[in-house]
Amino acid sequence: MSLKEKFIFNFIQHDRWKYITDGLVVTLKVTFFAVLLGIALGIIIAIIRSTYEKNGSAMRGFSKFVLWVMNLLCKIYLTVIRGTPVVVQLMIMYFVILVSTRNKILVAVIAFGLNSAAYVAEIFRSGIMSIDQGQFEAGRSLGFNYVQTMQYIIIPQAFKNVLPALANEFIVLLKETSVSGYVGLMDLTKGGDIIRSRTYEAFFPLIGVAVIYLVMVMFFTWLVGILERRLRNSER
Amino acid sequence: MNANETLIKVENLQKYYNGGAIKALDGINTEIKKGEVVVVIGPSGSGKSTFLRCLNLLEVPTGGSIFFEGTDITDEKTNINIHRQKMGMVFQHFNLFPHMTILKNMIIAPMKLRKKSEAEATAMAMELLKRVGLEDRANAYPSQLSGGQKQRIAIVRALCMEPEVMLFDEPTSALDPEMVGEVLEVMKQLAHDNMTMVVVTHEMGFAKEVGTRVMFMADGKQVEEGIPAEIFENPKSDRLKQFLAKVL
Repeated sequence: MSLKEKFIFNFIQHDRWKYITDGLVVTLKVTFFAVLLGIALGIIIAIIRSTYEKNGSAMRGFSKFVLWVMNLLCKIYLTVIRGTPVVVQLMIMYFVILVSTRNKILVAVIAFGLNSAAYVAEIFRSGIMSIDQGQFEAGRSLGFNYVQTMQYIIIPQAFKNVLPALANEFIVLLKETSVSGYVGLMDLTKGGDIIRSRTYEAFFPLIGVAVIYLVMVMFFTWLVGILERRLRNSER
Repeated sequence: MNANETLIKVENLQKYYNGGAIKALDGINTEIKKGEVVVVIGPSGSGKSTFLRCLNLLEVPTGGSIFFEGTDITDEKTNINIHRQKMGMVFQHFNLFPHMTILKNMIIAPMKLRKKSEAEATAMAMELLKRVGLEDRANAYPSQLSGGQKQRIAIVRALCMEPEVMLFDEPTSALDPEMVGEVLEVMKQLAHDNMTMVVVTHEMGFAKEVGTRVMFMADGKQVEEGIPAEIFENPKSDRLKQFLAKVL
């Protein structure tokens, strides 16, 4: 068979390209919602952790105890999530915790979202800690409370500082979802794999899948570059 | 407004570190009346910045009380954020918000905390910018300004909240020498307009000329206090004599 015939055999015959496109949609869905979950949860964890690190020693009584407990829970969470492979977490989520759920996309979103949150939290924490203490003090001296100071002054600056690291985490997550096949979720990688099992041809399905990931990553890298430049310009 | 009204009253203020091993403030008592310009001087490590930062609770005192407009702000039940709105603060390192324009730096607090409309807050900010001669920089970012300009903006940013008192923490110490004058000029203007001010500074000229009272601190204690003429011309304690011999 010529290359062209092989291409037709792998992708066109029996509409096999649909495995790829359907899988791509699943991959994008899982990544998108997992990123949202990861950022939301990650910011909360980062704020708890950095609040404890900055102010824990100055606080007293019950509020200090609450913060101490929350910080401890966050630390345990970070240790467990970062200390185990994401594919194992995904399988535990599907076969142990959410056994009654048949919605595999939901399971994947939760598993990857919870995983990503741990990394996002540490990225954001470093971003918050990198902001000069004087910025906190200036905000507080104007009369802003802690949350307002975070919201208007610290988080916007921290976000800008961590954007490259955050973009990297997003790209890692996009590629990590390729293990979704372990719980039988038909994502992009699984789609290519199914074609391979039907045609007994490895080259086209796998290279095809790889190229699609690569193009997506290059696209997002370009997008983040634009965003970064715009944020930077807003200070000049 | 009664000119002799007490604005801030400090009673036996203490700030200890390491469980009392280091006494940054060791029993400060003073009263600051409306319209006064209190200049705090002293060698480095004397606790003068700590004292100033305790006044708006950026440093939480270990002991003693601070009454602001009659309210004990060191009481844990007091909502300090309300009182801080009336206590403007200017820092050594300006601490402008780098991600906001000059105008936004100035209007964000009045808008969010005083619920002023954007138009109202902007009008006030522009008026203040005009007073310090920087109205043409309203849409610039802090990184585009010189040190002296930044500090003048920091002063008017605090003034946008219409404070009862302005606290200055070594406002000219981080400036190039040729920019010190423009900042001191704005502060003089403020004093002239009867703003109550507490100023920690090494600018003895400013203390002499503008201060209504000078407080000399050393080792966490207020060693001597009085009108500038008395402090500078006729120092009583040896500690102050030594200090003045070095700085004058």
